Amino acid sequence: MRPYWAMLNARFRALLQYRAAAVAGLATQIFWGLIRMMIFAAFFENAAGRSPMSKEHVIAYIWLGQAFWAMFPLRVDAEVAEMIRSGHVAYELLRPVDLYALWFSRSIAARVAPTLLRAGPILLVAVLAGWIGWTGPASLAACAASLLAALLLSSAFAVLMTLSLFWTISGRGLTHLITMAAYVLGGMVIPLPLFPDWLQPVLNVLPFRGLVDVPFRLYTGHIPPAELPAMLAGQLGWALALILLGRWILRRAARNLVVQGG
Amino acid sequence: MNAARIYMRYAGISIRSQMQYRASFVMLAIGHFLGTGVEMLGIWALFARFRMLGTWRLAEVALFYGLVNVAFALAESVGRGFDLFPGMVKGGQFDRLLLRPRSTALQVAACELQLMRVGRFAQGLIVLLWAAWALQVDWTVGRIALAAFAVFGGMCLFMGLFVLQATLAFWTTETLELMNTVTYGGTETGKFPLTIYRRWFRAFFTFVVPLASVTYFPALAILDRPDPLGSPLWFRCAAPLIGVLFLVAALYVWRFGVRRYRSTGS
Repeated sequence: MRPYWAMLNARFRALLQYRAAAVAGLATQIFWGLIRMMIFAAFFENAAGRSPMSKEHVIAYIWLGQAFWAMFPLRVDAEVAEMIRSGHVAYELLRPVDLYALWFSRSIAARVAPTLLRAGPILLVAVLAGWIGWTGPASLAACAASLLAALLLSSAFAVLMTLSLFWTISGRGLTHLITMAAYVLGGMVIPLPLFPDWLQPVLNVLPFRGLVDVPFRLYTGHIPPAELPAMLAGQLGWALALILLGRWILRRAARNLVVQGG
Repeated sequence: MNAARIYMRYAGISIRSQMQYRASFVMLAIGHFLGTGVEMLGIWALFARFRMLGTWRLAEVALFYGLVNVAFALAESVGRGFDLFPGMVKGGQFDRLLLRPRSTALQVAACELQLMRVGRFAQGLIVLLWAAWALQVDWTVGRIALAAFAVFGGMCLFMGLFVLQATLAFWTTETLELMNTVTYGGTETGKFPLTIYRRWFRAFFTFVVPLASVTYFPALAILDRPDPLGSPLWFRCAAPLIGVLFLVAALYVWRFGVRRYRSTGS
């Protein structure tokens, strides 16, 4: 376990250095949240249709989305991508460690560090402004547990995206597609309950809702805390499936890998 | 004339280099197509739920959405070279550009023509055409011309923002992520009629960044809707001109920056 923990720790501290970027990102994120909040509020204002979610729930959901935005599997690990492109990945393969576990640790660090830098201030602003209300200790605990499961799921997604680079060398295209699917089906564009009712069963079985939709709705109480075990089972089940898939892909990729040059 | 020829030459080189990774280009273009398309999916879902946005229908919002996205895609494919500019300042390559007897803005703009933006363009155009059909507006020559004018004005406005963002690098040598709030934030804002926003926000995107003049005002004129904010019709038709003026002003700021430029010396 030691080398993986060391990798997580080292990456984590390296990423914490980018504080200026985090401050700029913070302002952007708050501005963005304001735009989205105004748009949704306008839809609620004189709504003709019935909404399965109250305005307060939607607004809290939006701000949680802004706060935990960096946890989302938005991009591949740039250093690993460069290693794959340049062929230095051969050195990685030589290391006497489990490569998947090593990259998975990197992926966790890449989600946790920027989230820690950004989430606090945004949550503070949103709570002080009254956009995120207090919903009780049970909901908060359920949300926290679910966020941890979401972190595993999200990291597994990001590693899968990185692994796809073994096949499409400058493969920003494919990873972009996966990200966009996750973005809309995970609840970052609009809260999932607002999608048409006939789409809900599909959204419920897909892995993407475990990324943000489940923890956010647990916090607002839209999903009662009592349902936490079922939600966790879904999130962790998908995380495990994606990890196994990733390990299998990595094994195949390593076997077929041809590194050019001397 | 000469300038246009040089630009075409640069553009040709850029396109050819991107075509070296053809599969990747196709994937990227599709990625951009779908990536910007999911936003429309979100809007559609919201209208399926709520039916109306105040007094606005889906087709009307789609007109806003199409106008701003097509304009932004055009500006991005032409002006994204300015994105690379901070790197040029840091690396000292900008000094080389200064030695050439041609406009620096032209050279910077032309150093990368992002063909993959065709994805956003196609997506915006499809939405725009759908809106044109679904609105059942009488598409006279005047209305079509006004739509084209709005797109042109919007393109100029966004290019002006790219230029300003790059100009900041003369002083900071870093591009500011903060500017994304007015570029990407602008497309996000412009997708909806301005009346749905709060007052201070509306004022910002009308007077500071004149986004309203290239989307909201001309779209109102096309839709034949009176302006709840009370602008006269002639203004709504002429408003996209402000976008063009914005670009001209931005280029003046750029020239000022170039004159004050000191190489980083690396």
